[in-house]
Amino acid sequence: MKRIYLDHASTTPLRPEVLEAMLPFLKEQHGNPSSIYGEGREARKALDRARDRIATILGASPREIIFTSGGSEADNLAIKGAAFALKDRGNHIITSAIEHHAVYNTCRYLEKHGFRITVLPVDSYGLVDPAAVAAALTPETILVSIMHANNEIGTIQPIAEISKILKERKILFHTDAVQTVGHIPVNVQELGVDLLSLSAHKFYGPKGVGALYVRRGVRLDPLIHGGAQEHNRRAGTENVAGIVGMAEALVLAALEMDKEIERQRELRDRLISGIMERIPHTRLNGHPEERLPGNVNVCFEFIEGESLLLNLDMQGIAASSGSACTSGSLEPSHVLLALGLPHEIAHGSLRMTLGRGTSAADIDTVLEVLPGIVDRLRQMSPLYDADAFCKTH
Amino acid sequence: MYSEKVMDHFTNPRNVGEIPDADGVGVEGNAVCGDIMKLWIKVEDGRIVDARFKTFGCGAAIATSSMITELVKGKTIEEAMQISNTAVAEALDGLPPVKMHCSNLAADALRKAIDDYLAKQKGAEENNG
Ligand SMILES: Cc1ncc(COP(=O)(O)O)c(C=O)c1O
Ligand code: FES
Repeated sequence: MKRIYLDHASTTPLRPEVLEAMLPFLKEQHGNPSSIYGEGREARKALDRARDRIATILGASPREIIFTSGGSEADNLAIKGAAFALKDRGNHIITSAIEHHAVYNTCRYLEKHGFRITVLPVDSYGLVDPAAVAAALTPETILVSIMHANNEIGTIQPIAEISKILKERKILFHTDAVQTVGHIPVNVQELGVDLLSLSAHKFYGPKGVGALYVRRGVRLDPLIHGGAQEHNRRAGTENVAGIVGMAEALVLAALEMDKEIERQRELRDRLISGIMERIPHTRLNGHPEERLPGNVNVCFEFIEGESLLLNLDMQGIAASSGSACTSGSLEPSHVLLALGLPHEIAHGSLRMTLGRGTSAADIDTVLEVLPGIVDRLRQMSPLYDADAFCKTH
Repeated sequence: MYSEKVMDHFTNPRNVGEIPDADGVGVEGNAVCGDIMKLWIKVEDGRIVDARFKTFGCGAAIATSSMITELVKGKTIEEAMQISNTAVAEALDGLPPVKMHCSNLAADALRKAIDDYLAKQKGAEENNG
C-alpha cells in the first residue's frame, strides 16, 4: 500500500540533494574545523559557507548565527542564556500558553530558579494579543518569548507587531520559528526579533541540528561550556555534515517557497473544506487565514484521537492527534485546551500537516477514507446518538 | 506497540451496540485520561447470556471493551465478578504499561453493570415480597 505521510510538522524526510551535500563530510572530508592544517581548513570553509548561506536567507549577519543540536537546544539557549545573563536587571519573563514544550518547560525550570513567568492566554484562534504583551510588561521584565507559528494548530502570531512594542522598551524578544523557517518568509529584521530558533529536520534537512539567531550585542550565558567554538557561546566540535545539510536544505526551501506556499495552501483549504462538508460535528482548530500553508487541525466530536490514528494508519495514512490517549502524560494537548476547548473535544483532534511530497491525489484519498472511519468510531461511541441528532439537527 | 490480539479486537470489535431491554447497565469514566465506556448485560437464570458495549476511547480501551464482553458471556454473575482488569489484559496478550489503566475502564464498567443488575433484582424481590 502506498503510504501517505501527513505529519510534516513532526519531521520531514531528508531531501536527496541535501544528503548529497552532506556525504563528503561523512566520508573523506573528516577534518575538525578548529584544526589549522588542510583538512581542518576545508571543514572550516564548509562551515563558514553554511553560516553565510543561512544568515543571508534570514537577513542576519554570519556572526549572529549559533549552531545547535536542534530546535530544543536553540530554545533552551535563548531563554536560559538570556535569563541568566540578565538576571541582575530583572527576573520577569513573558511567554504564551501555546508554546512548544521546549519553551514552556524551560520557563517552568527557570521558575524554580527565582524567575517569575507570565503565561499569556490566546484567543479561540490561538492568537496572542500584542496589547496583552504590552500590559504584562513590568520594570523587571527581561525577556519575551512567543512562537512564530504553532506546531499543532498552525496559527501565525503577529510577531512584528509585538516586536515594535518591545523595541521601544528595549526588552529582548525571542521567537521559536521552528515551524516557519523554510516554509514561509522569515526575516529577522522584518520580524524585529533579537533571538530566533530554527531546526533543520522541519525543512527536509537532517535531524539533530539547528541554529539560534542572536542579534549583535545581545548577551547570552552559554549552556555548554568547553572550547571556544561559536564565539564561546556553544562549545563542542561542530556537526559539520549536519550544518552543511541544514544550509543546503534552507537554500532549496527558499528557492521553491513561493510556489510551494501557494500549492500547499490550495491543498490545505481543499482538505479542510472537504472534511467540513463530509463530516458533521467537526470544528477547525486554529486561525482560518493566519495559518501555516500545510497545517490542518480539526476536532471530531464524540470520538477519540488515538483510535482515529490507528484506523488511518491501517489505511496507509500517517497523522497525529492532541488526544490525552496519545500523549505519554495522558493529558490532552495544552494548546487545544488554551483555545478553550473542553477535554472531550480535544480528545477527538486530528492534525494533518502537508509537505512538498503531498499530492492532490493524497488529499482525495484522505477525503475518501476519513468519513467512514469517523462514522464507524461514532457508532461505537456512547456519547454519540445518531438518531437523536437526525431528529434535532 | 499493541499485540496482534489487541489490534484484532480493535479492528473487529465484538458486541458493539446496545441491549434495549438490558438487565444491567454500567457506565464508567476513566479518571486518568477522560474516556468513557458503557456496558449492557442480559441475564438469564443467573448467567450472562449477552453483553454489548459502546466506548469513547483509545485503541486499548476499545479492545478491552470488546474482550470483556466476550469473556463474560456464558458466565454466572459470581464468575463474572471475578474478572479483573489484568485478566482482560492477559486475554489480549498484554497491554503496553501506559495503557494498563484503560483496562480498568472495562473491568469497572462490568462491575457497575452487575451492581445495577443486582440492585434491580433486589428491588424486584422487595416489590414481590
Ligand atoms: C515549535 C517547535 N519548537 C521546537 C521544536 C523542537 O525542535 P527539535 O526537535 O529540533 O529539538 C519543535 C519540534 O518538535 C517545534 O515544533
Ligand atoms: S482510554 Fe485513554 S489512554 Fe486508553
